[in-house]
Amino acid sequence: MANDPISQFQISKILPLEVGGIDISFTNSSLFMVATVGVSAAFLILTTSGRGLVPGRLQSVSEMCYEFVADLLRESAGSEGMKFFPLVFSLFVFILVANLFGMFPYFFTVTSHIIVTAALAMLVMSVVVFYGFYKNGLGFLKLFVPSGVPGVLVPLIVLIEVMSFLSRPISLSVRLFANMLAGHITLKVFAGFIIMLTGALGVGGAIVSILPLAFTIALTALEFLVSFLQAYVFAILTCMYLNDAIHPSH
Amino acid sequence: MTANERGMIVRSAAAAALALSSCLFGGLATAAEAAEGSGEFPPFDSSTFASQLLWLVLTFGLFYYLMAKVALPRISDILETRSDRIAQDMDEAHRLKEESDAAIAAYEQELAEARNRAHAIAQEARDASKAEADAQRATLESELAEKIADAEASIAKVREAAMKEVGSIAEDTTSAIVSELVGGRITKAEIASAVKEARG
Repeated sequence: MANDPISQFQISKILPLEVGGIDISFTNSSLFMVATVGVSAAFLILTTSGRGLVPGRLQSVSEMCYEFVADLLRESAGSEGMKFFPLVFSLFVFILVANLFGMFPYFFTVTSHIIVTAALAMLVMSVVVFYGFYKNGLGFLKLFVPSGVPGVLVPLIVLIEVMSFLSRPISLSVRLFANMLAGHITLKVFAGFIIMLTGALGVGGAIVSILPLAFTIALTALEFLVSFLQAYVFAILTCMYLNDAIHPSH
Repeated sequence: MTANERGMIVRSAAAAALALSSCLFGGLATAAEAAEGSGEFPPFDSSTFASQLLWLVLTFGLFYYLMAKVALPRISDILETRSDRIAQDMDEAHRLKEESDAAIAAYEQELAEARNRAHAIAQEARDASKAEADAQRATLESELAEKIADAEASIAKVREAAMKEVGSIAEDTTSAIVSELVGGRITKAEIASAVKEARG
């Protein structure tokens, strides 16, 4: 079925590989990961290679990205958080470019697979946990005991705080995954209506299909916004979680 | 927005939702059919997880390395150089402004001094020319006064001489008149006394 909205998420092997019974094939997903990394790294490195004192247009774009993420991190986690700047910057750019790549017709959306977003979320959470304990020792556990809570409520609050901490990687990964998945399905469905209506009702269907066409155009614009917004949300939440690792007593 | 329009939008939204869910289920059904062949709903197909994880680690790791070692230090270097340069240029501009302010002040002071000097020179010149003119006038006047005095003295002399002559002329005239009239002899002494009498 040509307009099956799910087929766009199908992973197909380009170069089948198997090591010790584990399938590690180079797939369309791998291809778009490589493309995402290649294009964004090449852009950031090549546009800044001139080291122009007065930046050109493209160099300005790279500098804007840098300052955008740097301001984000500095505002949420203070100047101490700047040691995580490469991590936050890489996450933001990787997710943003992967999302935007997904907006091209026939392109694969890397971030529409839960395993990818979950891996990125787990990367953030493990950095938070490891750095939190490394820097604060057991003081990191103060994160779960807000100051000024009456003694009776402490066990309950600690339980809630632990649960909210554990749900962070889930919400972080599911938010990105679900947004990309749902957005692409909706786009495909509305675009599919045009073909279905025209195919089934002929000229009349073609006229009626102006409506789903308008929806498709509006949704495309919305999806571009979502692509940016989800990368931004992922980055800002990463900054806030890192802030918890740096300053656990809130 | 009229009620009619709103109704239309609601209807089309409902139709869209219906179609969306039917397509979704249709898609899921297709995927389920395909499950017998290759797997289930693609994002939940765990057979692809290992490959995705491995390639994510490789690509994202490489990206992180490139960002941390090449791109970000370079951009931070560019931004730092620029802000340094701007600060330096601002300092330079401040310094130049101060210099130009000082130059303007010096210029104005010099101008005022020059103006004062010009005034003094003009005054001096005026005074000198006035003094010279006064002196010239004074010499001219004294010369003129001298000449007038000389002239008056010579006039007085001439007049005195003339007055002295008047007596003898009158005596001559009188003797001539008398000799014509009387034909007699009248002494010079008589005539002189008569002239003297007449002149008073």
